[in-house]
Amino acid sequence: MKTVMNGDFAASYGAMTSDVKFVAAYPITPQTLIVEKLSELVADGELDASFVKVESEHSAMAACIGAQAAGIRTFTATSSQGLLLMCEVLHWAARARLPIVLANVNRAIAPGWSIWADAQDSISQRDTGWMQVYAENNQDVYDSILMAYKIAEDNDVLLPMMVNLDAFFLSHTSEVVDLIDNDKAKEFLPAYDPEYKLDPNNPRAFGALTSPEHYFEFTYKMFEAMEVAKKKITQVGKEFGDIFGRYYDMTESYKIDDAETVLVTFGTIAGTAKESVDRLRKEGKKVGNLKIRVFRPFPTEQIIDALKNAKRVVVIDRDYSYGNEGAFYTEIKGALYDANLRIDTYGMIAGLGGRDVSTAVIKEIVEKAETSEPNKTYFIGVKR
Amino acid sequence: MNEKKELRLSIPKEEVLQPGHLACQGCGASLAMRYALKALGRDIIVDIPACCWAVIDGPFPYSATNIPIYHTAFETAAAVASGVSNGLKAIGNDHTTVMAWAGDGGTFDIGIQALSGAAERNDDIIYTVYDNEAYMNTGIQRSSATPHGAWTTTTPVKHYRKGWKKDLDSIMVAHGIPYLATASIAYPEDMIKKYLKAQKIKGTKFIHVYAPCPTGWKSDPAMTIHLAKMVVETNIFPLYEVENGKYKINIKPKNRKPLDEYLAMQGRFKHLPQEEIEYLQKTFDEKWEILLKKEEHFG
Amino acid sequence: MLLQLKLPSIRLNKEISVEEKKIELNKVDEFPPMPVSLGSMRVNKTSSWRNFRPIIDGEKCIGCGICWKFCPEPAIFPTNPPEVDYDYCKGCGICIANCPVDAITRQDETK
Repeated sequence: MKTVMNGDFAASYGAMTSDVKFVAAYPITPQTLIVEKLSELVADGELDASFVKVESEHSAMAACIGAQAAGIRTFTATSSQGLLLMCEVLHWAARARLPIVLANVNRAIAPGWSIWADAQDSISQRDTGWMQVYAENNQDVYDSILMAYKIAEDNDVLLPMMVNLDAFFLSHTSEVVDLIDNDKAKEFLPAYDPEYKLDPNNPRAFGALTSPEHYFEFTYKMFEAMEVAKKKITQVGKEFGDIFGRYYDMTESYKIDDAETVLVTFGTIAGTAKESVDRLRKEGKKVGNLKIRVFRPFPTEQIIDALKNAKRVVVIDRDYSYGNEGAFYTEIKGALYDANLRIDTYGMIAGLGGRDVSTAVIKEIVEKAETSEPNKTYFIGVKR
Repeated sequence: MNEKKELRLSIPKEEVLQPGHLACQGCGASLAMRYALKALGRDIIVDIPACCWAVIDGPFPYSATNIPIYHTAFETAAAVASGVSNGLKAIGNDHTTVMAWAGDGGTFDIGIQALSGAAERNDDIIYTVYDNEAYMNTGIQRSSATPHGAWTTTTPVKHYRKGWKKDLDSIMVAHGIPYLATASIAYPEDMIKKYLKAQKIKGTKFIHVYAPCPTGWKSDPAMTIHLAKMVVETNIFPLYEVENGKYKINIKPKNRKPLDEYLAMQGRFKHLPQEEIEYLQKTFDEKWEILLKKEEHFG
Repeated sequence: MLLQLKLPSIRLNKEISVEEKKIELNKVDEFPPMPVSLGSMRVNKTSSWRNFRPIIDGEKCIGCGICWKFCPEPAIFPTNPPEVDYDYCKGCGICIANCPVDAITRQDETK
């Protein structure tokens, strides 16, 4: 059923279509609409779930951990400072191998207070053991949540997944979203029935003191699970497409076959970048775009394959790893190095704190790359 | 000789807690769990944050209790229990008891926010704090449950703890929860009765268990029960219940014992000058009077 | 060996049995996905913690059950007279200190 809704509502409906039984959440701008909508859906009986209005994001994730550990499918949503407050329990959920799904509205970090788009929040939680998806549009948000449960709950994966959407550009912008019929969704995503759960009939103690004799192996198992997840994400994206007509993968290439300059983007910037590619091509520039949809696990193989013929790789980061460079930029370079590809790369930091990355900005970025020294980081649009 | 007769048992015979666990000799916290589980049985899920019990139950891949136990982050005992409890209810399970089991640091200090949240929502959980009056698992650092006058590694002898133990019980009563009880491991019958009562009540139940720690208190492990008894006989830790706002003191010592003996049995109070002991005595007596008045007015 | 736990298992669908042997995990593939208990801590015999052992004098014992009641392990069997489980007794001395008829004495462990 096609309907018009903002990205926050798309996340709420994504959780509902996924038949979540438990939600614990705490409000933070611009995630509030997700909480409000879910609260309404539960109160109206449209979503048969328990909604715990916790007193913090830390407790939101902790409560999800408790419920998920008891074998119940859970969902939560947050943003920015809220995600940072969760940090400790994000790690906990991942190492406990709980396939929790979280929608994070990408918002800048204070001070100064900023409620606008910026991926610093989720990028700083990169190493928590969560899979990370960056949505390009509201349909992507909705579909990604349903797929996230299917991937995360796979017995060989069992890792939590975070679906990221840009503040306001998606969270508060209305677009057409095609909602999936509940019965069809249930066929795609069967009921959650984990092998390991808190069960008085099969009592186990979870997460006890783990000595150096054993701890290492559990981390190795997460490495294995992330490797499996790479395949599962592609596989589930294809299966989803075969059923619902919309195909997804870890990355998405746009006009890169003959491109000399390939932009590497994520989130809503990817959408703008594609439009920019079309415009720049009209000017005779051979430009393409590689969207990184999934950042964890990192799609090294797909990236190498997509960039191997490029002359110039221009990575746009809406984040900055203080003291180094954009997080995507570092990792893209790492992937190229793995494949012995010595391509000129450019790290472009843009759009921080919600500053607009328009087609004009992307054009500026391409021109900057064409005229600047490679293998360096540039801040785009800084007032000088 | 009386070998034909059965041993006299005043508490349930069955054991959930099995020996082999890692509690120190004479540990009050292990007795607390033993009694609580005797009352609550095996249809239960317990979550345990960082505290002594994170170690006592045993390292991976073992457990001494063999009930569903979830080890969790320090400040999350109440929130995880809320999640389990509400999650189970969402799938139609309203029979399994859900209990958070935390130390005083995880309750009085770092966990108080989540505890307050759960209590305000009146989530259907039993929250137990086994109180050994300091961060024992990390090596005896002071918490806000450490009593005035006590030595800990962060309140060394020359700078012993000054200031009163946080009155968490009153804070919890102020939340309007349906049931609060204090218990001492020297009174297992009373304690088990309280757990059985808590199990039948819907909403947030808070049980504050006094659990001596020979390691942290520098006391003789053999004296654990004695200390847990004396703390009640001296009115330092009165046994009472608050059910729907109504106070009931369970034990009113006929002749309140003086503090001296209780303090003398613990190395953590060895340094205390006489005037501090008198000050403690005076203050505990005043606190007892206040409790009596609460019972009188809200009984 | 399986430890059968016959307990206040009201509402449970089955008797709980727990593995009571040392769990060997030699290969990563044998590990569960997360740290989860696979057996009972009963494998951990704590008798070596002890400096002395309590000896119960069956003649003096009045069968009051106090030693059993206050044992933190628990390492006293509720028989009459009670018997100490020397595999697990850590030698805390609570039973000795609480026996109302002084029927329990301490005997130093010679090493």
